[in-house]
Amino acid sequence: MSRQANRGTESKKMSSELFTLTYGALVTQLCKDYENDEDVNKQLDRMGYNIGVRLIEDFLARSNVGRCHDFRETADVIAKVAFKMYLGITPSVTNWSPAGDEFSLILENNPLVDFVELPDNHSSLIYSNLLCGVLRGALEMVQMAVEAKFVQDTLKGDGVTEIRMRFIRRIEDNLPAGEE
Amino acid sequence: MADAVLFEFLHTEMVAELWAPDPGPGSGGKKKSLSVLEGLGFRVGQALGERLPRETLAFREELDALKFLCKDLWAAMFHKHIDGLRTNHQGTYVLQDNSFPLLVTMGSGSQYLEEAPKFLAFTCGLLCGALHTLGFQSLVTASVAALPACKFQVVIQKS
Repeated sequence: MSRQANRGTESKKMSSELFTLTYGALVTQLCKDYENDEDVNKQLDRMGYNIGVRLIEDFLARSNVGRCHDFRETADVIAKVAFKMYLGITPSVTNWSPAGDEFSLILENNPLVDFVELPDNHSSLIYSNLLCGVLRGALEMVQMAVEAKFVQDTLKGDGVTEIRMRFIRRIEDNLPAGEE
Repeated sequence: MADAVLFEFLHTEMVAELWAPDPGPGSGGKKKSLSVLEGLGFRVGQALGERLPRETLAFREELDALKFLCKDLWAAMFHKHIDGLRTNHQGTYVLQDNSFPLLVTMGSGSQYLEEAPKFLAFTCGLLCGALHTLGFQSLVTASVAALPACKFQVVIQKS
């Protein structure tokens, strides 16, 4: 009977673990498939990009967020709405560049890296690089070309995990869409 | 708490990445087939099984273990229960899902029937892996007659 009662929370916990574990299995597989970590990073980024271009539609349909008119607003939406909705965390936004075209997302606990320990021989592997691809792909679909990259990672002994976001340019409507 | 959509999209990308009939020039002729996806699912299923509460690990009866897959595991993955469980009482079980979530978005009918198996391999492995942790050796296969319904056949291997 008691098992019946806590089934709800149990399955919620399991479903987030399902995602984390699946991601882990994927990274493991890619490390087997490719000989060097750079290729794995590239592959994760590419897969993330493909997820991002689809995820943005889900996001726009579910959150009532309209068009962002500056990068600061974008940063807020990413950190407070999108990360919250999909990963259940709220990164903090800091380190704005004076021009306002660069900022950092600080993740205190990255749900992708639960149960993960990086082996020594994968020092250049960016384990959560999928996230960078997702961010880039999603923003590209709302006409923003950005660059996202990890500059600090707790998996590598840094105190926090930091994703640096840089605004490159606004994509004009008359350009061919989806250029990579 | 990761959102369910994330898992679905990640799964789609995994299928696209790890399953390709023709090894392209860039991939260097790696082995790509359903077994890779199955293997991935197996590892995930094993790990999920290990993270269950102790009491559930004490399943004695096959049927209890299978019921667990149909209810709890399915609920955790897809937020629903499986629609039917049948058995011949000799170690063969058929799990029927009338609208399998990883196939639902592909539409209904037989148009994409050829594509369906690669979207089932991961889940087959996952069931097999979870059963392995629960102490049962099994063979799991899947079949689709018309999207989005599918059947998973579990054959418990007697040692």
